[in-house]
Amino acid sequence: MDRPTGPPLLELRGITKQFPGVLANDRVDLKVMPGEIHALLGENGAGKSTLVKQIYGVLHPDAGEIRWNGQPVTIADPHAARALGIGMVFQHFSLFEAMSVLENVALGVDGVHDLGALARRVREVSEQYGLPLDPSRDVYSLSVGERQRIEIVRALLQDPKLLIMDEPTSVLTPQEVERLFETLRRLAAEGRSILYISHKLDEIRVLCHGATILRGGRQVAACDPRQETARSMAALMVGTQIKPPTKAAGATVGAPRLTVDGLSLPSPRAHGINLHDIRLEVCAGEVLGIAGVAGNGQAELLAALSGEMLAERPEAVRLEGRPVGRLDAAARRNAGLCFVPEERNGHGAVPDMSLAENAFLSGYRRRRLLAGGLIRTDRVAAFAREIVERFDVRTPGIANLARSLSGGNLQKFIVGREVLQEPLVLVVAQPTWGVDAGAAALIHQALLDLAARGAAVLVVSQDLDELLAITDRLAVINAGRLSRALRTAEATIEQIGLLMGGLHDTPEHQPLETALA
Amino acid sequence: MSTTILVASLLTIIGAATPLLLAALGELVAERSGVLNLGVEGMMLAGAVTGFAATMLTGSGTVGVIAAAVAGMAMALLFGVLTLSLLSNQVATGLALTIFGVGLSALVGSGFVGSPVAPLPKLALPGLSQLPIVGPVLFGQDFLVYLSWAMTAAVAWFLTRTRPGMILRAVGESHEAAHAIGYPVIRIRYLAVLFGGLMAGLAGAFLSLSYTPMWVEDMSAGRGWIALALVVFAAWRPWRALIGAYLFGGVTIIQLHAQTSGIINVPAQVMSMLPYLATIAVLVAISAGPWRGRLNAPACLGVPFRPAT
Amino acid sequence: MLRVEPRREASPALTWATPVLAVVLTIVTGFFLFLLLGVDPLAALYAMFVSPLASVYGLSELCLKATPLILCATGLAIGFRAGVWNIGAEGQLILGAIFGGGIGLFWSPALGPLALPVMCLFGVLGGMLWAAIPAFLKTRLGVNEILTSLMLTYVAVLVLSTLVYGPWKDPQGYGFPQTQFFTDISPWTEIPLLLPETRLHWGFALTLLIVAGAWLFVTRSLVGFQVRVIGLAPDAAAFAGFSRTRIIWLTMLLSGGLAGLAGLLEVAGPIGQIVPTISPGYGFTAIIVAFLGRLHPLGLVAAGFLMALSFIGGENAQVEASLPQATTGVFQGLLLFWVLACDFLARYRIRLAQPAVGRAVP
Repeated sequence: MDRPTGPPLLELRGITKQFPGVLANDRVDLKVMPGEIHALLGENGAGKSTLVKQIYGVLHPDAGEIRWNGQPVTIADPHAARALGIGMVFQHFSLFEAMSVLENVALGVDGVHDLGALARRVREVSEQYGLPLDPSRDVYSLSVGERQRIEIVRALLQDPKLLIMDEPTSVLTPQEVERLFETLRRLAAEGRSILYISHKLDEIRVLCHGATILRGGRQVAACDPRQETARSMAALMVGTQIKPPTKAAGATVGAPRLTVDGLSLPSPRAHGINLHDIRLEVCAGEVLGIAGVAGNGQAELLAALSGEMLAERPEAVRLEGRPVGRLDAAARRNAGLCFVPEERNGHGAVPDMSLAENAFLSGYRRRRLLAGGLIRTDRVAAFAREIVERFDVRTPGIANLARSLSGGNLQKFIVGREVLQEPLVLVVAQPTWGVDAGAAALIHQALLDLAARGAAVLVVSQDLDELLAITDRLAVINAGRLSRALRTAEATIEQIGLLMGGLHDTPEHQPLETALA
Repeated sequence: MSTTILVASLLTIIGAATPLLLAALGELVAERSGVLNLGVEGMMLAGAVTGFAATMLTGSGTVGVIAAAVAGMAMALLFGVLTLSLLSNQVATGLALTIFGVGLSALVGSGFVGSPVAPLPKLALPGLSQLPIVGPVLFGQDFLVYLSWAMTAAVAWFLTRTRPGMILRAVGESHEAAHAIGYPVIRIRYLAVLFGGLMAGLAGAFLSLSYTPMWVEDMSAGRGWIALALVVFAAWRPWRALIGAYLFGGVTIIQLHAQTSGIINVPAQVMSMLPYLATIAVLVAISAGPWRGRLNAPACLGVPFRPAT
Repeated sequence: MLRVEPRREASPALTWATPVLAVVLTIVTGFFLFLLLGVDPLAALYAMFVSPLASVYGLSELCLKATPLILCATGLAIGFRAGVWNIGAEGQLILGAIFGGGIGLFWSPALGPLALPVMCLFGVLGGMLWAAIPAFLKTRLGVNEILTSLMLTYVAVLVLSTLVYGPWKDPQGYGFPQTQFFTDISPWTEIPLLLPETRLHWGFALTLLIVAGAWLFVTRSLVGFQVRVIGLAPDAAAFAGFSRTRIIWLTMLLSGGLAGLAGLLEVAGPIGQIVPTISPGYGFTAIIVAFLGRLHPLGLVAAGFLMALSFIGGENAQVEASLPQATTGVFQGLLLFWVLACDFLARYRIRLAQPAVGRAVP
């Protein structure tokens, strides 16, 4: 499809938005034509979400102009946006877990009072666009993909002229992504415009007609992604050349360090995923990846590995052959298993404590920061400074609160804190989630270097590209079951995608080839 | 048991249950919107003393009840400004509201101690109130008792059947999501907290104008706290709050009977412990029992929210 | 246009300036409240806050009343830091008085010179016992400790009343609901005085020692660190392997024990016997002390003195300005409101919005 002519449906001129300490958007211009799928491209922290929240009326610009069909408009709140014909699918879904699908839809559609009639329309729309949805189900019982459908159907019910989608594919399997793209192309063919936010270049090249690239809050380019290469857009997006992580040559894989043997656990959370007969092995010197769509038992598996959740049998988790399944997190760390959780704020670090105190948080045993039950503040400070220096953490000092750091810097600090404890096994969740490219490269290199020094590294991530880049072997978790590990070099995206979609409902651990047949 | 004793017992149960039910319904709505207001006791006392003073000064029970509701709302507004606008800790602010309410009501009421006041009139429904047993029990009550029943139905209907009720639940479930869709989280919470204050004020009015028509310092005697426990017991559902309030009324009746009949030879103080021990027992049952009432708690209960603009 | 923004770091200066501001605002509010009630505000405020400080005896009374407040608040503050909301210190204080006082009444002759230490020990144990109930219910069954600890306070008042109206009543007491004086039973039950001619006893010095210990505990020990992490970020505590159950038990027993000690010091000290009302609400006021003192052991001492002043001032105002005793409660509630409100200033910055166009990303 060629780019249509005529006045743009949506035009932003000089949009500026300031947050304390951050200029999130700096005089951004953007045009979306009717029927166009327009990409908004940028790294984490480039200001994409902030920009679209202003289009949807959740935030208000400090300066600049929004034009709709050529007319300047003020979008006071999301109701006003919806009245104009703007729909939005959020990255972090705006859904209510304990309420039904129907109620969730009703909350996002203005002026609905007859829920029965709405339920019929939900069914109609979901059939029309191939987005199957049962209005009577409660949201907590749905998969991430199904949840996204609620948001899309909710937006479509208002017959939007512009649909904003914020990072919609980060929670989908490759096959689900394909289906989503079909739906989006159909919507565009009906004359609707789509503003598609992503940092995934390949997706944008196959889907979008136009693209606006943001970097550091500024619009750095507008281009036609079909005319660009992934490399050229990456250069625009990141600004500098990022060195891909390198593995040390001649690294050898040693004896098993972490062994999980028939681990089954009920989830302690209300709507969690139970783990079924998990088996895996990570050897000294290797990086094992675990892929999977969010909410398939990753949180439970990580808790069971870190010791935040205890296994039923001590032998279910073994560290260098020693049963540690019934040891708590402190004891496992003492035995050599360190952990980087997915959530930085409030899990991996205490936001309202200083960096020094956060260094002490997990490092006090292995780095001997205690004397007679009292904290040795001098040694704590030295450890914190070492992390800051070795991992290039940008901060005025170690007395600063953890929450004053940007996502990338805090993640470098947390990874650094665990890596510098020289663990036998490091379990890492989402090492580069929401982190800028520079920090991501540093973290990836640090993990590879740790493995090269002989540690066993286990990486749980939703980012397939990341896993393909740094792991030696790769397993997939789905509905609380873990597939056998594939050699990363030999695995195909399609294979992994099928496993992510749950194609290993096989009772025993058959060889993968049979499971896929 | 003779009919008179039965009727007297049932009336006592209603008398004990009504203030608990009124206050619990108000708190239930506030908590459903995600706000934990531990100041029920303080709002209740403010309502009790204001209702009493207004009735004394004007001679009108109606003015007294309205004044009590306004006083309860004024206290709730104070709580709202602190927790919703200034984002103070809800637990600490609720405690402050209770400490303040106990002190302020005692200060304001010091001139009224010992004065009698005409109790609220019973609104007997002609004909129906003459029926044996059910007549006086169900149709010979004062306005606030009827109101407590009507409000149970109204709150249940509001929360489950109306769009504003659905929005209020949504705000308590996820303020982030509600804000992202465009609902004014803070304004909705203010309204819910004010409703809680209104109902606690009415509960106080019932105490000082109907249950024992006089003003005594600290006369709520922990009922505000029991109402808070009732909300947990009710798993945030209005009809279960009604059942819970009447169960507590039943505990009171056991206490009174044991004391008057002398069947059980224990000091009066031991019997007076019953409502408090029963509250603990109920909380234990609900937490340990198969219902796991906690699961129904609004997900954002007690979590402060400040929207970015 | 005014704009409110969260501070990236809480301002340390404001953290300590806001309680002072809160005190000033409370006095201003009180001034208008007295006007509204038709009381001469200056005379009332003078009676409440100035005249109690005008004599050595007044100052010694201040220290005496601050003792139970600081003791209770020290325990509570450590609990609040861990997110453990023990608000039943009043009940734990009463149980401490009953347990420790019971030793004084029945075993002090047999204990000889050990009477007082054993009484203190049982005072602590009594408070711990009462705090152990909500701790058990919370850790084993997940029952909210706010409601249980509060309900147990009502029960404790009734237990005390059962005893002093019943089995523990002094047979020679002309029917008054009170026990014998401890010193009539054994001279070894007396707490030595710190200042002659006053009622101030060595319990005050002990309290200051305990505060110093608490300071060391909170700021320098591993367990104190665990307490803080659990309160600030429970998931991070689980990540580090800190046991929440252990910390709940520890903080509940600590706060209960200190409240119990406070109760024993009251009955064995200034009261000298067990009576139906042994505390004018020290256990509740201690909650305010804890917040006013910023949950910091040293801040608590200053806050404890201020709240003690409000108690003495309240009594004084009763006599000099014929204000009801309840005035104290009003002031205490107001003060806590202002502390919580002023906290906003330490956490948020209020400033005039300015156009941000053209400024670079820092």
